[in-house]
Amino acid sequence: MTTALETRNLVKRFGGLVATNDVTISFQQGMRYALIGPNGAGKTTLVNLLTGVLRPTSGSVMLEGQDITGMSPFQRVRSGLARTFQINQLFPEMTPLETVGLAVSERQGHGREWWRLAGSKSEVIDEAAAILERFGLTDAMGVPTKVLPYGKQRLLEIAVAIACRPRVLLLDEPAAGVPEEERHEILDIVSGLPNDVTVLLIEHDMDLVFSFAQRIAVLVNGGLFMEGAAKDVAADPRVREVYLGEGGHG
Amino acid sequence: MTEATMAVTTAQAPAAPAARRLLIASARWRWWEFAVWIAAFAAIVLLPRQLLLLNEIAILALFALSLDLILGYAGIVSLGHAAFFGLGAYAAGLIAKFGYGDPLLGLLGAAGCAAVLGFATSFLLLRGSDLTRLMVTLGIALMLQELANRESWLTGGADGLQGVTMAPVLGRFDFDIFGRTAYVYSLCVLLVLFLLARRVVHSPFGLSLRAVKLNPLRARAVGISVNVRLVAIYTMSAAYAGVAGALSAQTTQYVSLDVFDFIRSADVMLVLVLGGVGYLYGGILGALIFKAMQDYLSSVTAQYWQFWIGLVLVILVLVGRDRIGALFSRITVPFSRGARS
Repeated sequence: MTTALETRNLVKRFGGLVATNDVTISFQQGMRYALIGPNGAGKTTLVNLLTGVLRPTSGSVMLEGQDITGMSPFQRVRSGLARTFQINQLFPEMTPLETVGLAVSERQGHGREWWRLAGSKSEVIDEAAAILERFGLTDAMGVPTKVLPYGKQRLLEIAVAIACRPRVLLLDEPAAGVPEEERHEILDIVSGLPNDVTVLLIEHDMDLVFSFAQRIAVLVNGGLFMEGAAKDVAADPRVREVYLGEGGHG
Repeated sequence: MTEATMAVTTAQAPAAPAARRLLIASARWRWWEFAVWIAAFAAIVLLPRQLLLLNEIAILALFALSLDLILGYAGIVSLGHAAFFGLGAYAAGLIAKFGYGDPLLGLLGAAGCAAVLGFATSFLLLRGSDLTRLMVTLGIALMLQELANRESWLTGGADGLQGVTMAPVLGRFDFDIFGRTAYVYSLCVLLVLFLLARRVVHSPFGLSLRAVKLNPLRARAVGISVNVRLVAIYTMSAAYAGVAGALSAQTTQYVSLDVFDFIRSADVMLVLVLGGVGYLYGGILGALIFKAMQDYLSSVTAQYWQFWIGLVLVILVLVGRDRIGALFSRITVPFSRGARS
């Protein structure tokens, strides 16, 4: 089993506050992980460090053995690390087709081509159409994203990340705010993600965490509290105390 | 699952033909676009007394198109776009003054100078908010104006650049006092650069610019190097503005310090507000309205015409162009349906 993503002694300080405290963790290729922890545990900071939004105070981030600590977010995406956002980050005036087509075209390296019409490369069109079909967005592919129902927008959020063809995918609360009746669509998509993609799910919903994750990492006060197989973490009394004990696992 | 993924991508997805049609449809020429250009060329024979004014409109339209490329497509605000217009004007004027009177050569020289300045200053705009960008662009234009004022041995300073003599366009068409050659020349340059801009905004690069404008965070998250794209479009926009300045210098055969004026930068912004941003025709429509209003109002009330332009601007912003546009399309939709079927 090879390591897809790992951090080594990762520290992030904001003034006197230690938001990430010496986190060393590795994510194995193709496994499903969940990152949990009470509010303020440092989940968002860790995600920002992994994706390059923030630079660590010390320590390093490695993607498939390559040190990516100094890379900016877009370079990390090109190296195979994609993400979704907890709050939709889409292009409101663009259609799902344009959005996914853009991501595919960028990944295939056509993004700087200014002499060709967008939509004239069949590799881009075919792949974008296939992704939209897989996500059930074909019917809505031609309407502006901003008029889509929230659940569809959440699906598009994941579809764009998949269009980057990542080897590691960070899902930040993918089902957050989705109405109950549209929820199963998101869960089906998440559980059907390609097996060779390493997935790290940041999630509050314990049902989703335990139905999805093979391994769980628990953050408390910025530090890695424990990391282990899902059932071991669920059974650990200390975890139940600091996190699940708050009534999360219903 | 990998195999499954590969399978869908190699076989053509059923939705692919529809997707292709949708993507390409946005770049299709509409009937009114043809109408705009036919009208612009028809004006050569239909409005022979207005050719000098029309030439000014064509140049202002190109200048506004240049601003639209960064404002409408990349979301970069500028209050100093006259920096590139002015540099292009002086470059073209000086090239002609020092014996290279061929207009197209002057255009190339002006575009090159403005592009170099645009490229160099684009890096100042990558960081910071809209307010920073407004101030930085404004500052650059002011600095250039002062530089042109001081180096009067080259630019003529406050007296303006004299002795700009132009050779005939393509060696055949002399500039005349009615502005006929001037207008045809400016209009052709506008058309060529417009077609290029239209190509660029509908390309994958153009799509990525829209993405950067709409949501830079997500644009980075699909692997777009936002800074490189912004530098590229800013450089292109600067070259366009330089060409507009060159056209102005060549067709009036004179350059003065006011090419760098703050008023010029503000006017071109106003033109885009009048015509609308982000669809390329805003510059042309806005320049037409602006110049027509200026021409009419200054003949009616020579001193106070800016009052009325200001009033129109305030109404436009308060009422909103969308509502005016909706009213307009209620009137024209039956007609456009008829034209399509």
